[in-house]
Amino acid sequence: MQLVQNFPFACILLTLICAVITSVLKPRAARYLTFFAICAVTAMTACVMVFTLKTGESYVYLMGHFPAPWGNEIRVGVLETVTMMVLCFVILFSFTGGMRVSVRQIEETKYNIFCILVDLTMLSLLALVYTNDLFTAYVFIEINTLAAAGLVIMRQIGRGVVAGVRYMIMNLLGSSLFLIGVVILYTITGHLLMEPIQDSVAVLAQTGKYHVPLTMVLALISVGLAMKSALFPFSSWLPGAYSNATPTASALLSSIVSKGYIVLLVKVYVRVIGYDVVRQLGVFDVLFVFGAAGMVMGSVCAVRAKTTRMMVAYSSVAQIGYIFTALGMGNEVGMVCALWHVLAHAATKSMLFISGAELDVASGDTHLRRDLRGGFWRSPLAATAFTLGSANLVGVPMLSAFVTKVMLSTAAINTGGRHAAITLACLAVSTLLNAWYFLNTTLHLFTPVRDESGARVVQSRVPMRGMTALSLIGFIALNLILGLWCGDILDALFTGLHHFA
Amino acid sequence: MRLFTNYYETAAVILFCIGFTTMMLNKNLIKKIIGMDIMDSAVYLFLACQGYIEGRTAPIVVDGVQSVEAYINPIPAGLVLTGIVVSVSVSALMLALSVRLYYRYHTLDLDEIIAIAGREEV
Repeated sequence: MQLVQNFPFACILLTLICAVITSVLKPRAARYLTFFAICAVTAMTACVMVFTLKTGESYVYLMGHFPAPWGNEIRVGVLETVTMMVLCFVILFSFTGGMRVSVRQIEETKYNIFCILVDLTMLSLLALVYTNDLFTAYVFIEINTLAAAGLVIMRQIGRGVVAGVRYMIMNLLGSSLFLIGVVILYTITGHLLMEPIQDSVAVLAQTGKYHVPLTMVLALISVGLAMKSALFPFSSWLPGAYSNATPTASALLSSIVSKGYIVLLVKVYVRVIGYDVVRQLGVFDVLFVFGAAGMVMGSVCAVRAKTTRMMVAYSSVAQIGYIFTALGMGNEVGMVCALWHVLAHAATKSMLFISGAELDVASGDTHLRRDLRGGFWRSPLAATAFTLGSANLVGVPMLSAFVTKVMLSTAAINTGGRHAAITLACLAVSTLLNAWYFLNTTLHLFTPVRDESGARVVQSRVPMRGMTALSLIGFIALNLILGLWCGDILDALFTGLHHFA
Repeated sequence: MRLFTNYYETAAVILFCIGFTTMMLNKNLIKKIIGMDIMDSAVYLFLACQGYIEGRTAPIVVDGVQSVEAYINPIPAGLVLTGIVVSVSVSALMLALSVRLYYRYHTLDLDEIIAIAGREEV
């Protein structure tokens, strides 16, 4: 075994150790240590990604030296490393980009707790993406839930705590459903590792035994993870949680927490139950209906939102609808489209939250969309990042969400029938609504402020911290790379999905 | 009747339904947390009884008996222990949040708390 093959496990261990050490550090030191942990994980993930792309193969890493079916394993392949690479950059830029506002919004004595929560969020994401064991996945789902709830309430404002409680209730229900699904699956297969379960399920599907329990397992796991990733209509907790947290927390919640569950769901479909069995049991159709409804309803709510953060939060409901609609297509293009949009949405939404927070600060700590008028002159870099993110989600060509829309349409047309008609109609309505609310806000940014006599009021530029500026530039670069080099990344995702099964 | 043969599982399903309805329909935060705990316990009962095999004993070697046939499946019990640890952490956090909300809004009625919080300034 080569040294680089140990890196995924080293990433998990390093984040865990940093989280423990951070608890006894002073805020400033805690910030540096968390920054170091994120950079180290990003660097190690880059090495593993290069290794998997070069060898073109995946490998299994034994934990505790007990082979399957007894031991615990992580599995590393192209799909996992490419996903983790993009998400690591998102975590890095979200942490550094939102630092200025987070420091202001969080009590100084609590800042190291905030850093611990960021570490734990990254830890649980690493475990969810790499794990090959369903019960380990459940444990890290719960760690992710606890860390995310902590991030939601970190500002310690009344609305934030209420949002945290609502988040916990819905997410714990989701976790319980997932656990029951895993328990029933263990009962009928006798395994918790993904490959042995897949072999057993294939035999059961062939013989026609346990058809009802298998359907139940799929339904429970799908609903559980859909609730946790805020698929409409289980998304009632989302707007409050995203809009009342600190910018870094909102960015992490929208791009990391919910996406980890979706990656896990794809793993369950492809590696645990098997693609053909899932299709036979009809789960994809249910996901498709909820996803299509989410695409439209999320956009409708976003149009009605008064604050920027609420608008961006509701927009997440619509974007998660896109991901589940793509999953619901039940074909390979749909599955890759869903994985692609996980990355595209993570990179864009976190940029919108961070740049939106900077614009709010530059506009006098406002949260209202109408108060952003003239924002471009007060904070040009933040306004540029926000405009790029808006243009991306509207579906401007050369950007990542445009690729999603093209792939979704292609997958729908390939599927044909009612799927095609419903997808294309929902896509059209959702895109129009996206354009309505994002362009409306963006136009405010580029509209000069005028006084009562109609004379233009000169806006003074609000200084931005170097770290925040670098993070926003990093976000812009990441989004442009995803848009312009989408072919290579999609190829990697297709290859990864083939190895995945 | 299979329901009476698998009475552990039947009890687990009934408990889960009780916990689920308590958590979803009760407005009181403490009752919601109790419902959540009942629901979790039901899942653990369901899981624990999957490892139980009639007529066998706990997998602790005594009197030199080392045959696998003599013992129950220990894996579900191990999983239940892990699950209980997770569940306790979650309950602790939920109770801490409830205390925080009670100090701020002087009520434990979640609907009332949401209504008051909704009227607070953004």
